[in-house]
Amino acid sequence: METMDNAAIDRSHMQVSDEVAIQITNMNKWYGQFHVLRDINLTVNRGERIVIAGPSGSGKSTMIRCINRLEEHQQGQIIVDGTELSSDLKNIDKVRSEVGMVFQHFNLFPHLTILENCTLAPIWVRKIPKKEAEATAMHFLEKVKIPEQANKYPGQLSGGQQQRVAIARSLCMRPRIMLFDEPTSALDPEMIKEVLDTMIQLAEEGMTMLCVTHEMGFAQAVANRVIFMDQGQIVEQNEPKEFFNNPQSERTKLFLSQILGH
Amino acid sequence: MSDTHAQTVPYVRETMLPQQEPPSSQVGAVKWMRENLFNGAISTVLTLLSLAAILFFGYELLPWLANSVWNASSLSECRQILDGATGACWAVIRVNWLQLMFGFYPPELYWRPILAFVMLAVAVAPVLFPSAPRQLLGFSVVYPFIAVWLLWGGPIWGVTVAAMGFVLGYVALRALTSRGLLIQTIAAVAVALIWWLFLAGPVADVLSSALPLAIEPVPSREFGGFMISVVIGVAGIALSLPLGILFALGRQSTMPIIKWISVTFIEFIRGVPLITLLFTASLLLNYFLPPGTNFDLILRVIIMVTLFATAYMAEVIRGGLAALPRGQYEAADALGLDYWKAQRLIIMPQALKISIPGIVNTFIGLFKDTTLVVFIGILDPIGRASAIRATSDWQGVYWELFIFIGAVFWVFCFGMSRYSMHLERRLKTDHR
Repeated sequence: METMDNAAIDRSHMQVSDEVAIQITNMNKWYGQFHVLRDINLTVNRGERIVIAGPSGSGKSTMIRCINRLEEHQQGQIIVDGTELSSDLKNIDKVRSEVGMVFQHFNLFPHLTILENCTLAPIWVRKIPKKEAEATAMHFLEKVKIPEQANKYPGQLSGGQQQRVAIARSLCMRPRIMLFDEPTSALDPEMIKEVLDTMIQLAEEGMTMLCVTHEMGFAQAVANRVIFMDQGQIVEQNEPKEFFNNPQSERTKLFLSQILGH
Repeated sequence: MSDTHAQTVPYVRETMLPQQEPPSSQVGAVKWMRENLFNGAISTVLTLLSLAAILFFGYELLPWLANSVWNASSLSECRQILDGATGACWAVIRVNWLQLMFGFYPPELYWRPILAFVMLAVAVAPVLFPSAPRQLLGFSVVYPFIAVWLLWGGPIWGVTVAAMGFVLGYVALRALTSRGLLIQTIAAVAVALIWWLFLAGPVADVLSSALPLAIEPVPSREFGGFMISVVIGVAGIALSLPLGILFALGRQSTMPIIKWISVTFIEFIRGVPLITLLFTASLLLNYFLPPGTNFDLILRVIIMVTLFATAYMAEVIRGGLAALPRGQYEAADALGLDYWKAQRLIIMPQALKISIPGIVNTFIGLFKDTTLVVFIGILDPIGRASAIRATSDWQGVYWELFIFIGAVFWVFCFGMSRYSMHLERRLKTDHR
């Protein structure tokens, strides 16, 4: 782990601290009889950027959804920012307000304007005054380069714009950790870039990021670590260069040959 | 075009063609008639048949309407005036319309229901139209108590202590904020119930004797006509929507007891005809209540009508909830909104919008179902009409009365329908 962090620091100006942001220990999850996540162990340091890859149905999304308890785990321990996730609703709300999440299908609120989408949670969860929340929202909308859309509704925006709004909406809560669940999978190819650019910008600012994605170029550009999952288990994890050039397990090799083959 | 050598010479357009008018046969009334009225042989035949039907009914109906008699004191006088010709005898409405409106409400007190309905318009304005001043919402909250006092009269303290129950419940809710939602809710309901059942009566008596501030009381049996339809309808509509939301959420709850209470309530009420509930309200309820309790008949009917509409409302809203993508719940959760905030800010605004047609459907159904109260002896417009037709003056009048009643109901229901369409347009933000 130590060497990997050092490697990341060598690679760029992106800083990774020794402080632990997320600690998952022996985590197991079942859907009924089906064992979806098996014995997951994962430590994420503050400022680390992790890309999670794997075939569909491998449990990637389920794992990151456990981190803000959109999914419940049945065994093991998840500690986010020092708060252990259990059935205690107070802890769950605390973690959720610290952890931002971006979904495959954006999940913007269609009945609210872009600006209202961005100010809703700061106003109602963080109790920030409306004016201040709006200023923050405009700041982040400028950052994702769509301040001029603030008074439109999500339905009037393109997919790429909607996803950037979704990122801005999460950032308005000033999260310490960002989860991305296949953020570009529902987008047209020409819109993928604008979303990835926003994510790269975020990575450069030192945000702790966990990203489920099939964008291997993104993984190579910004990740400290790539995690490969199959059948609910972490099969392999390594820094991107090693992961792509020198995969260890057969499953990883097969997956990479399929995803990079064409 | 063969001389452009399509295979060898690239083609580049340098000026764009100007936009042209469509051909004259493709615009205006001619096009519309051709497309909609005379689009083929079958269409032409159907158009001609419809035209013939319209002309026939016009021929039959117009003289009846044209010869309308407005001034007469009885059906026989109408017939004398008509002298054998066919014609409507609207005089029956003219003579009896106050009864059709107010039933046996004392005529010298008509100003009270009229004032109550004028105030109703003011009270619903901020709820229905965002352009109305927001400060009016405070009036909307106290309006039900003012209306009850105006309609039934009596000392003002009766409605005051009833309102106090809500205030005390709210105070209990606020005071226990730190104890969690469940304890808050239970405490609020308990405080309000204790107040209403044991303390409200004596307190009202004491206040009435200390400060007798009263208007002339009007008992429920003197209510009637459209007034009673509107009172029951408005109360049922205003109460069934929030209750329906609660039961819809209850039915989706992960808490088994709440879920089963909701399912049992909805399935029981939906499975029973309204008329049996009304008979229960008017006849059976007295057996179950402690002897001596005087539980107003109209209040009982309002409760039953409300419960009936609530069950339907809950299912309509559940449909709206089911239509929302899971992602909306997840996004609300992921932002850290708790259950009630997520419901209030994200889920309900969208679910209710989806459900508007079904909700208004239920409202309209409820309003028209108020005519069923005639079976338990309340003289709503239908009841009044039967009473009018039973008098020797108006025996034999059918059409005029029922056309009038139908027209009034139609105006109300059409109004609701138009409003709901306006609301759907106003809330349309998805730009599909």
